[in-house]
Amino acid sequence: MKQVNRIVGGRCVDYDAEIGFTFNGKSYQGLRGDTLASALLANGVDVLARSFKYGRPRGIIAAGVEEPNAILQVGATEATQVPNVRATQQILYAGLVCRSTSGSPSLRWSLTGLVGRLFGRLMPPGFYYKTFMFPGFMWRFYEYVMRRVAGLGKAPTVKDPDIYDHLNHHCDLLIIGAGPAGLTAARVAGKSGARVVILDEQAQLGGCLLHMNNRIDGLPPATWLAQTLEQLTGLDNVLMLPGTAAVGYHDHNFIVAHEIVAHKTSGHKMAGHKIVNHAGRDDSPRLPRERIHKIRAAQVILATGAQERPLVFSNNDLPGCIQASATSVYIHRYGVLPGRRLVLMTTNDHGYQAALDWHAAGVAGQESDEKRGRARRQVVAVVDARPQADSPLIQAIRSAGIRVISGSAVIEAIGKRRVRGVKIAAIDSLGGSVTGKVETISCDTLASSGGWSPVVHLSCHTGSKPIWHDEYGCFVPGETIQAQHCAGAITGVMTLGSVLAQGAESGRVAALAAGFSLSLSDDDIPQAEAIEEAPGIQLFHLPHIKSTSRAPKQFVDFQLDVSAADIELAAREGFESIEHVKRYTALGFGTDQGKLGNVAGVAITARVLGKSIAETGTTMFRPNYTPISFGSVVGRDCGELFDPVRYTAIQSWHEQQGAKFENVGQWKRPWYYPRPGESMQDSLNRECLAVRQQVGILDASTLGKIDIQGPDVREFLNRIYTNAWLKLPVGQCRYGLMCGEDGMVIDDGVTAALGDNHFLMHTTTGGAAQILEWLELWHQTEWQELRVYFNSVTDQWNTATLSGPKSRDLLQGLTDIDLSGEAFPFMHWRVGRVAGIPARVFRVSFTGELSYEINVQANYGLRLWQMLVSHGEQYEITPYGTETMHILRAEKGFVIVGQDTDGSVTPDDLGMGWALSKQKRFSFIGKRGMARGDCQSRGRKQLVGLLPVDPEYLLSEGSQLVCDPAQIANMVGHVTSSYYSATLGRCFALALVKDGHRRMGETIYSPGVKSVSRATICEPVFYDPEGERQNV
Amino acid sequence: MLRIYCPHCAEYRDEEEFHYAGQAHIVRPADPDACTDKDWGAYLYFRKNPCGLHHELWSHAVGCRKFLKVIRDTLSYEIRESSPIGGKTAVELSLPPSMPPGSNDS
Repeated sequence: MKQVNRIVGGRCVDYDAEIGFTFNGKSYQGLRGDTLASALLANGVDVLARSFKYGRPRGIIAAGVEEPNAILQVGATEATQVPNVRATQQILYAGLVCRSTSGSPSLRWSLTGLVGRLFGRLMPPGFYYKTFMFPGFMWRFYEYVMRRVAGLGKAPTVKDPDIYDHLNHHCDLLIIGAGPAGLTAARVAGKSGARVVILDEQAQLGGCLLHMNNRIDGLPPATWLAQTLEQLTGLDNVLMLPGTAAVGYHDHNFIVAHEIVAHKTSGHKMAGHKIVNHAGRDDSPRLPRERIHKIRAAQVILATGAQERPLVFSNNDLPGCIQASATSVYIHRYGVLPGRRLVLMTTNDHGYQAALDWHAAGVAGQESDEKRGRARRQVVAVVDARPQADSPLIQAIRSAGIRVISGSAVIEAIGKRRVRGVKIAAIDSLGGSVTGKVETISCDTLASSGGWSPVVHLSCHTGSKPIWHDEYGCFVPGETIQAQHCAGAITGVMTLGSVLAQGAESGRVAALAAGFSLSLSDDDIPQAEAIEEAPGIQLFHLPHIKSTSRAPKQFVDFQLDVSAADIELAAREGFESIEHVKRYTALGFGTDQGKLGNVAGVAITARVLGKSIAETGTTMFRPNYTPISFGSVVGRDCGELFDPVRYTAIQSWHEQQGAKFENVGQWKRPWYYPRPGESMQDSLNRECLAVRQQVGILDASTLGKIDIQGPDVREFLNRIYTNAWLKLPVGQCRYGLMCGEDGMVIDDGVTAALGDNHFLMHTTTGGAAQILEWLELWHQTEWQELRVYFNSVTDQWNTATLSGPKSRDLLQGLTDIDLSGEAFPFMHWRVGRVAGIPARVFRVSFTGELSYEINVQANYGLRLWQMLVSHGEQYEITPYGTETMHILRAEKGFVIVGQDTDGSVTPDDLGMGWALSKQKRFSFIGKRGMARGDCQSRGRKQLVGLLPVDPEYLLSEGSQLVCDPAQIANMVGHVTSSYYSATLGRCFALALVKDGHRRMGETIYSPGVKSVSRATICEPVFYDPEGERQNV
Repeated sequence: MLRIYCPHCAEYRDEEEFHYAGQAHIVRPADPDACTDKDWGAYLYFRKNPCGLHHELWSHAVGCRKFLKVIRDTLSYEIRESSPIGGKTAVELSLPPSMPPGSNDS
């Protein structure tokens, strides 16, 4: 066994299951149950990263989500690369491959480290802002270099082989955190019958119970934990989600939690050449790698615990400096003792636990260490900042023969790539200055405890500012309007007995609030052995014999290399608000959100400004609590499930014909039907000429169709459309223009009178849903007295449009409807049978040719289409797509709302004043709006046609138009539609041009990249201006 | 994500089923053609932006397609009440008469 720091007794690892992994190309062994961090520590790996700004060597400092340094790139293959993985959160699996993301050319010999050592003093906060501002065009280069140096990891460049899921939960009670408080709350609330979800970020439930020694109800913590989990497992109404981090607390008690499933199911083998997913598995590829749980809870209990604050002293970032509590975690959970000679620096009693655990492990391993000829593991000294603290814990340390140095502090760590010793000196009672001589002690590990920071992050997410609790010396959750309760260390209470009692009480209160009553019995409140504690002191930043700015760097935020001197400088430079200090120094801007350093940063700012911490306040934490993958955000909404796709009943036929499709809203519509060897323009020319000379067929099923019924339907249409509807006879159709209250066109289409009380409205394909909501809005909020009802029937009908001079002959051969011009005039509709299928036929035209729109029940759509096509062979029927439809309609000057209009165009601007009824009694929607002075004044952009002077020149849609080619900034309009017309044998365009209606015949210019092209303004109708062809 | 009670469906549903439809109680002038441009502009464009209770219109767009009135606190996002169009809600009734719902001077 090469794991030099592995000891016996780890509660969460399987000593019989050794698994291999690779770090920076070197192979190591770990145990099943290890995190990547514990496995690296077990192997004595000290340096995992080079720091962000100064390139200093960094190692593991924490054991949980708060770890700022050990951020690695994980993944054996390109497809499974995951950047920015916290080693403390990654469960070890066989074959795991990881590497550092910083350090160039290597982690050991880092160039930035050299730069940082030589020039670090010249890199104050705001260094990047101040230095790299000029010249502006160089920023792209600077950014590239900085990103590489900063070590931000690398995103995979190929498709992710894994799948991700989203789940929804609705529960009465959500408990976040499964430590002593959360578990007790769950046990109490579970008994009430409430639906309880309890989740914990760690793969194993239990929180601090997994590494503490205090007995509960007379049982060792591990036994009590096992019993409690068994009880909860037996309750059907309790759902336990280990390895699931609540990352966002949103409005109305909506919590987003992120679960790493792969951790729990990681297999034992690596696949040879098969696709292997992130967990190195090939055995169960359909299991998701991660899941997002969307939880709507009636009541929420935050039992998120607290994170230990390391102290701020010189060189406190050297590998070997570690949180005191993390030491206990590594010893008890993973059987890892991350060093040999420990010095503990503490401001409170809790820190002593680390020294006791280290000492006990050292004694237990003494024999085997001696056998292997290794140095004995021991606690060299405990440095306590308190002048005369005394408590049973301290006595226990003393009686173990460990030196306790009171009223002193570690002022500096010594070493290059690992702690080799510490400088210790007596300090004054406020911790403001060094008062005694400096003593140097040799050690390889320095654990520090500066008190605890409750995990208030989730509470902040809904806008609740944390408040400073002076007695506990920490920020606790502030007031909230959420149905939220807090229990355990998050409230600042750290004694186990109180934590358990709070857990039980919060479970009762929350269940009651959710409508489940129960009374607490004594059995519900677990009893913990009481340990007498001496009070801690509030100390964050330890003094040095030199001033802060002269002393070796004292880091506050490890991830972004923010030192105490930086914060002091920021305050001196005039940044007084903590939010400004944060932004100037980048304190807390890393992916760890400053979980370790935030409070120390606030304290240092407060001291410089001469304010209290309560007055200074804290910055807010935002979602997400801990980074989550893009895969989990996306879930299954990717690839073909990215957005719903709507197909008409004729899709299979279009595909057989090799149609190219375009997206219109969510619809797939045939764009054009290329024949072998044809270019797109060839196809369009062929399709256009076929419609103009023979007959074409278009799938128009996607057009929005709204069925409107009721006695007041005519009055309603009269108000919502600009033109008149009161007298439209049954059997006829009318083109309608719809405007907003501002008088701008929002939709158009043909509406048919199916009966006196029954109309069918057609809308644009993309606007159907919005128009239905628009109709409902006016009916429900303004004209409730009108008896009228709406229903979308877009999907119920399938529409085949026959267009072209031969469409009448073709259709007459298949229908019993008399299609003669007298019996079935333009803008009428008839009912009959087409190819034996009941059909409603509209004689309307969007191409300007004789056209029939044949509507049948959607499930007959394909049959009808096939019959029309086979019967149409004799007429050389040609299917045409949306692009041909666009060309043909533009030749006729028919606008497309949203293409030729942009929300600032009135009917008059379109030259469609004829569609405005002047006689209507009711002031229709848009009438007053378009009567505003500025809608009537000169200078409005109006729809015109354009004929390029070079008939082969295709103007770009969207291109600018100017009157004077020498003054290209003076834009007078833009091209809205532009095509080549096979019918006209030339290019043409539609455009919106200022005062266009008065400029007929004028020349206008379109400045291009290389040259300026000229066009003549003309009427927007290029073909059959009298409309004779559609009216035959 | 808000959780909104639909008075028509008589159920709480997630925000993603609803569309926001702007401030409630905007009364269309009875005779638009008699409005000055200024009045019309006020009706069309001028909306309240309160810090506190806001009367809003929502549509249960992918549910029952009915519109509803929601009284929402813009500071806390708390929803005090949601009710059908027409008729006054309890919160509205408790307002002093000098401050009719939807008035622009509050």
